Amino acid sequence: MRHTISVLVENKFGVLARIAGLFSARGFNIDSLAVGETEDPTVSRMTIISKGDDKTLEQIKKQLNKLIDVIKVVDFKEGEFVDRELMLIKVAVNAENQKNVLEAVESVGGRVVSALPGSVSAEVAGDSNKINGLIELLKPFSIVEVVRTGRIALGTGEKGMKADGKPEVNE
Amino acid sequence: MNGARILIECLKKENVEVIFGYPGGQVLPIFDQLYDAPIRFILTRHEQGAAHAADGYARATGKVGVCLATSGPGATNLVTGIATAYMDSIPMVAITGQVKSFLIGNDAFQEADITGITRPITKHNYLVEDIKDLARVIKEAFHVASTGRPGPVLVDIPSDIQMQETEFAYPEKVQMRGYNPTYNGHPGQIKRAAKAISESKRPILYVGGGAIACDASDEVYSLATKNDIPVTMTLLGLGAFPMTHKLALGMLGMHGTAYANHAIMDSDLIIAVGARFDDRVTGKLDAFAPHASVIHIDIDPASVSKTVDVDIPIVGDAAIVLKQLNKMVKKPDTKDWLKTIDGWKKTYPMKYKIDEKLRPQYVVEQIYEATKGNAIICTEVGQNQMWAAQYFKFIKPRTIISSGGLGTMGYGFPAAIGAKLGRPKMPVFDVAGDGSIQMNIQELATAVIEKTPVKIIILNNSCLGMVRQWQELFYKKRYSYTKLCADTPDFVKLAESYGAVGMRITKKKDVRKAIDKALKINNTVVIDFRVEQEENVFPMVPAGEAINKMISGGLA
Repeated sequence: MRHTISVLVENKFGVLARIAGLFSARGFNIDSLAVGETEDPTVSRMTIISKGDDKTLEQIKKQLNKLIDVIKVVDFKEGEFVDRELMLIKVAVNAENQKNVLEAVESVGGRVVSALPGSVSAEVAGDSNKINGLIELLKPFSIVEVVRTGRIALGTGEKGMKADGKPEVNE
Repeated sequence: MNGARILIECLKKENVEVIFGYPGGQVLPIFDQLYDAPIRFILTRHEQGAAHAADGYARATGKVGVCLATSGPGATNLVTGIATAYMDSIPMVAITGQVKSFLIGNDAFQEADITGITRPITKHNYLVEDIKDLARVIKEAFHVASTGRPGPVLVDIPSDIQMQETEFAYPEKVQMRGYNPTYNGHPGQIKRAAKAISESKRPILYVGGGAIACDASDEVYSLATKNDIPVTMTLLGLGAFPMTHKLALGMLGMHGTAYANHAIMDSDLIIAVGARFDDRVTGKLDAFAPHASVIHIDIDPASVSKTVDVDIPIVGDAAIVLKQLNKMVKKPDTKDWLKTIDGWKKTYPMKYKIDEKLRPQYVVEQIYEATKGNAIICTEVGQNQMWAAQYFKFIKPRTIISSGGLGTMGYGFPAAIGAKLGRPKMPVFDVAGDGSIQMNIQELATAVIEKTPVKIIILNNSCLGMVRQWQELFYKKRYSYTKLCADTPDFVKLAESYGAVGMRITKKKDVRKAIDKALKINNTVVIDFRVEQEENVFPMVPAGEAINKMISGGLA
């Protein structure tokens, strides 16, 4: 099963390597990983999308928690979070089809960031369906390159993830 | 004061008595400070020896072991020792020099990315980038290494940082929001565990190295003896409960006793204490202990339900948890269970062929007889290790020092030096093979010069015995590159060339005399016991089998 995990980490040199190394050393799978600073510059937040059975996911969370630079781990429950991704896409165009490309981008709520005689670049943010949808729409044209940020996720509701330190394990 | 001096002041604050290490270009400022520091420095003859010695010191004393090496090859030579300590959860701080900050990443002379290399084999590691962080980092390193589930921590210090000046202030407390080990078990879970034990009919205590690490052996003893619960131990758990007690079943697993394996497979309740159900213990996982509920007491949440599913997990310090548990357990009726186990003990005793031949098991038994268990037994890895575990009756914690998780040949001898430094009054043995001992034989110089009189017992079968055993049993006796030469080296002359005492024993009748003599000599002694080459370690569970499917080599 696919899981969306948010991890608050110390914003320090080598932390990404520790997390990536943990996943590769223990044979855990990463579908997507996105990382960026939070409102507190000493804390970064990672969103990791991983696949595995319940036992594997339990190990992933425990092993992440064991890392000293990891401050908090949350495995989002279905329906209690939103996730988004940003894509930049460049399509080669000519005088005849440029209009069609621009329309396709607008039809999914994307935004054109550069329109030149030979190429159109666009941005689209949203969930995976929306982003994959635009790629499908543009496939009949000539896609030059695609770059995606990887998914980021936020829990819905009043509570937020705070870097207030690791709780004691109560098993 | 400069960074090097700050490091020494920090080590003094941590009450470090001894450092094991080797100098080099990028640790010159530190060595300059060590020259007149009130800390004993043990110059090993290889950095690997320094790491293992620090580890052996830590296991023998419970304190943090400290080793020190230069950048590049010095640091990479520590790697096996750090990995060994990591696998066995041993508190260690490894300090390495690094090339100057502004040269890092330039492929400078003797540069290696040691924090990168050791990331997966340390509990945590640091590259000190600012002199102002140094004291805090050292404080954190000792804290992280010695608390929670212990482990090695590496601190890499560029040589320019060692020379920079700042004011020294040792932090009184550590503040690490990402590190908060759980010590007190959940009261509800402890209550459930007490009830499960009280209601069990065939309980068994399965005790690992975690019980040694947190000094829980008194509590293990109370739980077992007050409630008549039999006790089996892992290799690293030996000594947590005295082997001389009638409830002791010895080691379980691949080379465990048949009665321990039968008992765990037939039990209805496993009480795991600081043990992690590793593959050498469980054998075929699907077939492991099919009738048992499992209580697992461990300080590391990630060890719980990692392989075997646990019914009652209790995350916490085993000594604290057991103390509470001991107040609540009502004695179960285990009379029939103990009778069944006694039957297995009679049917499948630990035994080897007793004849006039010099057999390795006999040598180990005679070390026990000569010391009555009041000795520290370090081991190398392979047959020597298993015979030491099977035939020496460990009665006290911290008396077996062995690389269990990583299985590092060459570990035992430098670890013995560290153990002897930590516990100078205890006789310290290294039970070795002729293969393993050659992996860190250079430390004979250290042992002699530093006056750490350890006794090296070479069970010399002139082959790599454990691999030879597998080749005999599973590879049609095709002994591919496992034969060594009985006479090269000549261990007696080798010992003498280092200033140690060498002896060679070829007859069974001379074994005890040699051990008694070695114990009286106040020097490092190497005894080359020429044992039967074809002797195998039994019982044995073939890889991938259930642990009650043992082969006994025709002895049982």
